[in-house]
Amino acid sequence: MTLVEILDQARKSGDFSSFAEAIPYARFIGISAAEREGALISTLAFREGNVGNPALPALHGGVVGAFLETAAIFELLWARETVSLPKTINVTVDYLRPAGPRDCHARGVITKQGRRIANVSVEAWQRDPANPVATANCHFLLRAD
Amino acid sequence: MDNGRGKGADRLGAGYEARVPHVRELGMRATEVGAERVVMLQPYQERLVGNPETGVLHGGVVTTLIDSACGLAVLAAMDDPGPIATLDLRIDYLKPATPGKDLLATASCYKLTRHIAFVRATAHHDDADDPVAAAQATFIIKSSGGGLEADRRGA
Repeated sequence: MTLVEILDQARKSGDFSSFAEAIPYARFIGISAAEREGALISTLAFREGNVGNPALPALHGGVVGAFLETAAIFELLWARETVSLPKTINVTVDYLRPAGPRDCHARGVITKQGRRIANVSVEAWQRDPANPVATANCHFLLRAD
Repeated sequence: MDNGRGKGADRLGAGYEARVPHVRELGMRATEVGAERVVMLQPYQERLVGNPETGVLHGGVVTTLIDSACGLAVLAAMDDPGPIATLDLRIDYLKPATPGKDLLATASCYKLTRHIAFVRATAHHDDADDPVAAAQATFIIKSSGGGLEADRRGA
């Protein structure tokens, strides 16, 4: 099955986990996603291998950035009516506090979705959604369907 | 080396990769470390792919390689490398990485102040003039003195 077919099936069944599992890199760093109270929440499971600063310890900034970008793509795929894979144009990540040795969660919000471009903002938190560890703003190119 | 800065480059050696678990896990390594620029290499691996149909590396791998190279560039530019943290990072994805090919990131810390470091980087394959991604980042320098030894002790 192609990624687009897996996505189509995930959307129809309402279970997004199979799509996250179909992406090798998402599996590698431990990203999953599930709908909770009408919103798609992405989760980055804590793994020692994702640590960037062992002294604190804190997750690698690259992993946090990768997680935010992935959560933004997931939100876009979840919310859109058409099934196609967006291309990332750019990502700007703001690191607000060290991400400690525990699970991270993220939720994306589509700020603007045009015919060709989508703007998605995403926040990642650990214990408290009101205290995000990092935020990102992303632009995506949507293929003409 | 301008103004005598960047003594950190000589002290970093190959230890950087070993001290950062995620860098070690990815098999990423520094191929050039200097005060003016650093180059890091990410070997191509199937487990780092974003779309199994195309075999193209996930954007997150590009992000991590660039963030790592930018961080190393800051440490290499410092006289006494100490704890640093990424403040922000912007990446423009210029074209997909070529499947099967190792990815390189070249980063330069072009301005270093007491508290903040400003860095530019690109990710590319063999031809650095035909980049896959371009990035701009700032880092906060958490404290002066203490350096790598204090960091290693987990102080």
